[in-house]
Amino acid sequence: MENLLDGWGITLATFSPLVGAAVMMLIPKENEDRHKLIALVTSLWVAFVGVLLLIWFDLDHTDKLQYVVDKTWIDVIASRYAVGIDGMSLPLILLTMLVVPLCIVYSWNHFPEPVNPKAFLILILVLETGMIGTFVAQDLVLFFVFFEVVLLPMFFMIAVWGGEDRRYASLKFFLYTLFGSALMLVSFLALFFLTGAETFTFSGLADAVAAGGVSRNAQLWIFGGMFLGFGIKVPMFPFHTWLPDAHTQAPTVGSVILAAVLLKLGTYGFVRIAIPILPDAAVSWAPWIGLLAVVGIIYGALGCLAQSDMKRLIAFSSVAHMGFVMLGISTLTDFGINAAIMGMVAHGLITGMLFFLAGSVKERYHTLEISRLGGLLVQAPRMGWIFGFCVMASLGLPGLAGFWGEFPAILSAYNPGNGLPVETFRTFMVVAALGTVLAAGYLLWLLQRAAFGTPPEEFADDPHITDTTKHEWISWAPLLALILAIGIYPNLVFRVTDGAVDASLTPCLTAEGEEAEKLHCADVYKIGHDDHSDSDDEHAAGDS
Amino acid sequence: MSTLLTFAASASATAHGAGDLALGITHGGSWFLRNVWLIPLLPALSFVGILFFGKRLPRGGSELGIAALGIAFVLALLTGAAWIDHRDNFHGEEVHAAVVMHDDGHGAHDDGHGAHGDGHSEGHGDAHGHPSLAVHQTITWFQTNGVEFTVGTLVDGPAVMMLIVVTLVSLLVHVYSTDYVAGDRRYTHFFAFLSLFSASMLLLVVSENTLQLLCAWELVGVCSFALIGHWWEEKPNSDAALKAFLTNRVGDMGLLVGVTILFFAAGDALPGTFGSFSIAETNALANSGALSQTALLVASCCLMAAVMSKSGQFFLHTWLPDAMAGPTPVSALIHAATMVVAGVFMIARMYGVFFEGFQIAGSSINLMAFIGGLTTIVGACLAFVQRDIKKVLAYSTISQLGYMVMALGVGAWTAAMFHLFTHAFFKACLFLGSGSVSHAVHSFDMKSDMGGLRKEMPHTYRTFMIGTIALAGLPPLAGFWSKDEILVGTGGWGLMGGTDGNGAYTLMLGMGMLTAALTAAYMTRCVYLTFFGEFRGHGHPHESGPRITVPLWILAGLAVFAGFLNMPKGFQLAPKGLQERFGHFVEPVAGYFPAIYHARPSWSLAVVSTVVVLVGVGVASWYYFVKVEAASKAAGTSLTELPDGPTTKWPLARMGHTLLANKYYLDHFYNGVVADGTKGPLARFAYRVNQDVIDRTVDLAGETAVKAGTVVYEKVDQLVVDGVVNASGRGSSGAGEELRKINSGKVQSYAAILFAAATVLAGVLIVIV
Repeated sequence: MENLLDGWGITLATFSPLVGAAVMMLIPKENEDRHKLIALVTSLWVAFVGVLLLIWFDLDHTDKLQYVVDKTWIDVIASRYAVGIDGMSLPLILLTMLVVPLCIVYSWNHFPEPVNPKAFLILILVLETGMIGTFVAQDLVLFFVFFEVVLLPMFFMIAVWGGEDRRYASLKFFLYTLFGSALMLVSFLALFFLTGAETFTFSGLADAVAAGGVSRNAQLWIFGGMFLGFGIKVPMFPFHTWLPDAHTQAPTVGSVILAAVLLKLGTYGFVRIAIPILPDAAVSWAPWIGLLAVVGIIYGALGCLAQSDMKRLIAFSSVAHMGFVMLGISTLTDFGINAAIMGMVAHGLITGMLFFLAGSVKERYHTLEISRLGGLLVQAPRMGWIFGFCVMASLGLPGLAGFWGEFPAILSAYNPGNGLPVETFRTFMVVAALGTVLAAGYLLWLLQRAAFGTPPEEFADDPHITDTTKHEWISWAPLLALILAIGIYPNLVFRVTDGAVDASLTPCLTAEGEEAEKLHCADVYKIGHDDHSDSDDEHAAGDS
Repeated sequence: MSTLLTFAASASATAHGAGDLALGITHGGSWFLRNVWLIPLLPALSFVGILFFGKRLPRGGSELGIAALGIAFVLALLTGAAWIDHRDNFHGEEVHAAVVMHDDGHGAHDDGHGAHGDGHSEGHGDAHGHPSLAVHQTITWFQTNGVEFTVGTLVDGPAVMMLIVVTLVSLLVHVYSTDYVAGDRRYTHFFAFLSLFSASMLLLVVSENTLQLLCAWELVGVCSFALIGHWWEEKPNSDAALKAFLTNRVGDMGLLVGVTILFFAAGDALPGTFGSFSIAETNALANSGALSQTALLVASCCLMAAVMSKSGQFFLHTWLPDAMAGPTPVSALIHAATMVVAGVFMIARMYGVFFEGFQIAGSSINLMAFIGGLTTIVGACLAFVQRDIKKVLAYSTISQLGYMVMALGVGAWTAAMFHLFTHAFFKACLFLGSGSVSHAVHSFDMKSDMGGLRKEMPHTYRTFMIGTIALAGLPPLAGFWSKDEILVGTGGWGLMGGTDGNGAYTLMLGMGMLTAALTAAYMTRCVYLTFFGEFRGHGHPHESGPRITVPLWILAGLAVFAGFLNMPKGFQLAPKGLQERFGHFVEPVAGYFPAIYHARPSWSLAVVSTVVVLVGVGVASWYYFVKVEAASKAAGTSLTELPDGPTTKWPLARMGHTLLANKYYLDHFYNGVVADGTKGPLARFAYRVNQDVIDRTVDLAGETAVKAGTVVYEKVDQLVVDGVVNASGRGSSGAGEELRKINSGKVQSYAAILFAAATVLAGVLIVIV
């Protein structure tokens, strides 16, 4: 069938949530049911568009950008409305489109204090626009705008619907990330001015960098700025301290979105922007990124072992898991970067699920203090089993999704790309492997203390402690099914990402001889469906 | 279904880059050999079925499990028959030369080989006549780096043998469990996980690549976790489950690293490939000498760590006795007959790698043989001091696994596999027997709750005795034949003509001999304490029902007869057709299997080892059946030890006893130092650094910025200041209320913060440019 979405599908998906939010603004907040319905329908509509995007996505050319739009946007600052999807972004976009409706279903009957579904759901929809936009943007300014759009709703979500310490946590989250963004913006600007590129589009900048004009030193600095911006978002050790606070204080749905999607904006930034535009700098930085990644793996695991709060423990485990993702990226190999994207998806599904569970536990027990919990399997057996399942997935059990993010990352560190120091990375590999042992330790101890044993006296006869509810089932089932499906048949993700990584990203990173000094990765931004692409370059030229 | 699930006979995994590497594998073969994936699939389906519908079924889901395993067992038998036919009459496409020749350097042995016509020479014959090709089926699993990685089945002798053993023992355990765990609080879940366990183990044995093997390996571990912790309400049980999983995880680290090393080593050796997980390719490369010995040695050591944890080798064995916290059928199935042999099987699967990595041929000691040998003795000694009948058997399992690993370490591949085969039957028999006893007396404590049960429980008693004799290794029961082959295989027996093995592992022969005596002695003790003397427990024990005794008799029967499958070549008392049948069909004759030597059986060694066993039995019998029995009569009660035994008389014996009773203090070290150290001081330290150093720095930076900002903004714009102060959390509590509303004031503060950030940004820009 003809690709009906070409040229406008991405725009439709990105801005539909905003339309939904706008409609909700017009309706008084007393009409709670109508708000819920509109939000759900909007997010399902976006997911439906996502499915169509997937159906018409050319899986044989995942390395090419598809559904491309490239139009004049803000001429004054040379930024364009350039969007597109390729194999590296497609899984993350679909993940976003999946998680948002599930979050809305989950909150259906239990909005956190101070309730107000209207505002809460509007924020979620705005978030969705920001997240999808970040993954589709092909222009630095556009990317930055979306990247920042995400920040504000999440800030309010934590600051208004969060836990007791929400003000501190939300501000810390906001300012810390903003600090990173600021440096990132400086890098973007410096890149633009130093290269003398005509536009802010990724491909233009990559070409301009490869054509020379930016000294190696400047490239290293610019990469450093991006590294801070993305690294804080990931978050990488030692920039992770906003994360446990934000997660612990955020409402359940906020934590889920934060874990499932927001953290990936950082890692995605590395593979989409930092590495392809500045490949030479990436090679120089890679060992340091790898070092911080493995420190994060061990450090995050030790942090988990020291926690007494279930949600905080899960938050710290993100530091460790994202360490695996960053280790994969730092190898600059196919295996590693594929593993990283797989790791992002898997972490999104699994940790998102764990935060859902933590929220449900909190709702029933009114505490997440691990020492007060126990016997979940007795009081809520189905939830206990789901919890056990997610714990197993999170510790990287083969057959479940988490494994395919971890093992290939470890594997790739054995043979890093492009003349990276082999011994160093092999050391990283062993340390990362040790991290899998610690992961099993903290997760199983959590499972043992929370789910095994008999219920503590204070909760033994509590009638509020019920098993999984209908809304919980609806919002969890897709995640659980995907964790299992991807675990058994990882090609669901690798099939999509590999073409993009293998055909475009890594070849340019492994040039040899003369060319090794000057890597050129603009191929990452190749456009597919040339004849269909809706480019108005000519018009733009004519207009001006 | 067939269209959906048929494994395409794709050549992608083996053909790409393999070049003319002689693998000895085929994509042809009979239907049963091409479709063994059905065998793991059946119990996997029954797992899902039991999990979702088990509680609604009349028998709580057990019928699904039994049906699945029953069909799987029949399929496994048919596969076995197909394999026997395939092995002797292969008519398919002969795509590869079957055997890589390795005659150089072994010339001195040729005479012996010719004279005895052993398996090795046969192998050569096959190579030119009917190559015995392993049957290989794959489908694409995932692709990365532009390479498609496959999942599939590699069916050859060891795989088929394991399929039969696992399905049979699992089936019997299922039947047994319907009685043993009847009325259990989680009857249905129990059967669900028995099914999943069987599926994982069956997947493991047919794995065609190391990654698939790794996956199945971990799945087996997780089933073990679930089944050990079956009664998780009690903390000791969940502790045991965690310990098992974590200890295995430590070993799995080695597996992860080892698999990685082999993956890239194979990639380096195969032109135009990035890497390869294929078991056949990796082994064939190792055999052909294309892989560097260093890489193989490091990989072997890493894989050995995995074997140590999974197969309970010293010093990672401590989880196995604790795992007895699970229900007894689980102990029989998982911790004796099948799961723990996964490590042994893995060595057997990757034998080309280990054989070259440890340079087993022509040596007299290597890491694998030494660890195996040490484990046999260490485990056997510990079995002497146990009160719990299951723990005796658990340590005995450790000891016997050590035997198998030692056998593989000295190059006696077939002997190790054969011992695995016989051990599965008699150890399952013993474990299920101990379960039957405990079912009757409601305890596992031999000293306080058992004794004299031979009268009340005749079936259990007889089958337990058969199992004991088989384990002790007295002829003509199964254990004798396999144990004798291992001792022969060490190549350390120099008397009367000698037995040329792959090397001269005299030390291992000594260790094996010592263990033979110890095994006989501790099993005599166990039998005495359980079945002889007078009953010391409460109530009136009676024999278990047929669902328990029938599996016991089947296993006892196998414990008697399984040994005849591999009677030595040249053993005059056996008909020619029965000699080395097991070795002939199980040992691969293919390019992925190293050219190993087969030691010649020796009458003198068989006699001596039997005498050694008899000495062990004799000493223990003298102590228990004569001295303790007499002391009991004198005291008027049923004693379990002499009142003035060696441990009271001799300080050295007492010290030894204390050391054993504390399990060499290994658990103190693991729990007290390693686990608590990590959980406690180390984790707390890391977290304190996090809070007091890293996070404090962030807070300080924030506070400083706010202070600096306040000063600046007071002079810049009074209006904006308020916004910053509010937003920074230093404002009045009223600001909290404001935050609840999304109004234009918030946008202002956002703008203010952006402005602040822009200031920082500008500063940075100046610094850089």
